[in-house]
Amino acid sequence: MKNFLALLAALGLGVLIILSLQNNTLFNEYGEDVTGRDSEEYGDREYGEENPASGPANIVTSIVADFRSFDTLGEITVLFVSSLGVALLLGGTKQKRLDLGFHPNFMLRIGSKALFGIILMTGVYVTIHGHLTPGGGFPGGAMIASSMLLLYLADDTFRAKIKGFKILESVAGSLYVLIGIAGLFFADYFLENFLNNGVVGDLLSAGIIPLIYVLIGLKVGSEISGVIDNFLTEEVV
Amino acid sequence: MLDNIEVLQVLEIVIAVFMVVLAFLAINSKSLIKAVMFLSALSMLSVIGFVVMQAPDVAVTEAVIGSGLVTSLFVFTLLATKKVGVK
Repeated sequence: MKNFLALLAALGLGVLIILSLQNNTLFNEYGEDVTGRDSEEYGDREYGEENPASGPANIVTSIVADFRSFDTLGEITVLFVSSLGVALLLGGTKQKRLDLGFHPNFMLRIGSKALFGIILMTGVYVTIHGHLTPGGGFPGGAMIASSMLLLYLADDTFRAKIKGFKILESVAGSLYVLIGIAGLFFADYFLENFLNNGVVGDLLSAGIIPLIYVLIGLKVGSEISGVIDNFLTEEVV
Repeated sequence: MLDNIEVLQVLEIVIAVFMVVLAFLAINSKSLIKAVMFLSALSMLSVIGFVVMQAPDVAVTEAVIGSGLVTSLFVFTLLATKKVGVK
């Protein structure tokens, strides 16, 4: 009976997935003509042109880190509060690594250390190019954190210097708010893009958006690394 | 001869069917570590689904968090817990 119900639930969800994948209409296939509307200057951008509305080539980024930057600040705060909660519950003064009864062999040790650099650099790349290519601060930071997790996997006595992560996290979060307040001073409202937008598609373009995304990447990476460290350590009694 | 859009539609249906099968296996497998692996594979397939639906940003996030961080945290949790008592 239980198996039958599980199969039924899985089939229902599967039909939903198939339906959602089938009705995959592009925006301009709805018959809406966007030329001449206000949204056109936000939606249309090509490499090499100067964009007065918002600089990034990736439209999602211009929404996440520019038009709705205040929401992103809220998300960052949610992540901060959750990592604070984990640190309050699981952190302590004297800690040691959790004994997993699992000792990495030679292949795992060397392979993880070789992969660590590649994953870290991919995370940094995704973070820095957040305004040009898919990705950005959140996935980039999570990639940096997963490279730290790989180091934990590779060595059963390894511990990151968690104090540096805490400092990095606080500095990145404060700088984000300070950039927002600078927008209040140099332009009209909180978190307004007050720098020059530049040319669409350049690495140094889109005003404050790359700065904000790098700060978000640093903050997310150090926060998730701190959570991972809290999960994999225990208090010495 | 199939054209591009029909190939994409066939791909979508194949992905969806495999996702259903993997979800059922993840619910029903007796071994916990196998369930985690099936969930990770489900996550990877949903990444392809997101790419087909032209949401690469979501796909990158899902790939990193869904099949990377969450899977490894589950695996570490399973390593840290012990089986106590025999039924």
